[in-house]
Amino acid sequence: MDTSIRILVVDDFATMRRILKNILKQLGFKNITEADDGTAALELLKKNTFDLIISDWNMPKMTGLDLLKTIRSSGEHKTVPFLMVTAEAQKHNVIEAVQAGVSNYVVKPFTADAIQDKLKKILG
Amino acid sequence: MDAKMINPFINATTHVLQTMAFVTSKAGKPYLKQDDVARGDVTGVIGITGETNGTIAVTFDEGSILKIVSNMFGEEMKELNHEIADAVGELTNMISGQARRELETMGKIFEAAIPSVITGKNHAITHYTDGPKIAIPFTTEGGNFTIEVCMER
Repeated sequence: MDTSIRILVVDDFATMRRILKNILKQLGFKNITEADDGTAALELLKKNTFDLIISDWNMPKMTGLDLLKTIRSSGEHKTVPFLMVTAEAQKHNVIEAVQAGVSNYVVKPFTADAIQDKLKKILG
Repeated sequence: MDAKMINPFINATTHVLQTMAFVTSKAGKPYLKQDDVARGDVTGVIGITGETNGTIAVTFDEGSILKIVSNMFGEEMKELNHEIADAVGELTNMISGQARRELETMGKIFEAAIPSVITGKNHAITHYTDGPKIAIPFTTEGGNFTIEVCMER
């Protein structure tokens, strides 16, 4: 995996951003930016380019699903890989995310190995 | 409340803490809680709606939550602070999600709100419905915590 890529981690809980950052750093990724919900992520995307977005689903102001839909309908960031990391994993959630164009899906709680496995699938 | 509704919350709690914090928790005997006083020092509360409506509360004593969050972060946490409160919110979120997935396999579909967190000695836990409050005590290496499940009658 190319560990120089720019990653945006979106979650309203600082705890989860910290855990994900720890895992990503252990995997060698250094260029990690955080946002605490979908609207903050979109603000960052106006001025920055990311190679991967890792997002929670259930967040105030703008959910991860709405963020995904907005990105997939945008011109500039339409194809950026999007990994949903969420506790929302009932069947209808997964179907909705797939229909919206999610690249892959990790269910909370997760192990570091599960994140690594999904990143390999997405990034090759 | 159907007693079968309790097991998914017990299973979810032990699974979440084992996976995210490498903490083994052992469930005690569930009981009917009569008062509103928290058995722990920091509590996460989350509303769920669907098959029926209700709330889940997870209340940790200081020893248990400091050990759990220390393991989650890979560094020692020494006091109850905003980082601990944030972690309790996320743990509550994950326990709710995991339990709802098991309930889905029983044909019961629920949605959840965003959790809130209360801290302090002897704080009150307010459930949003007037149903019976089922409490499930747990023991861990660091201390104790309790799950409360309260559903509409």
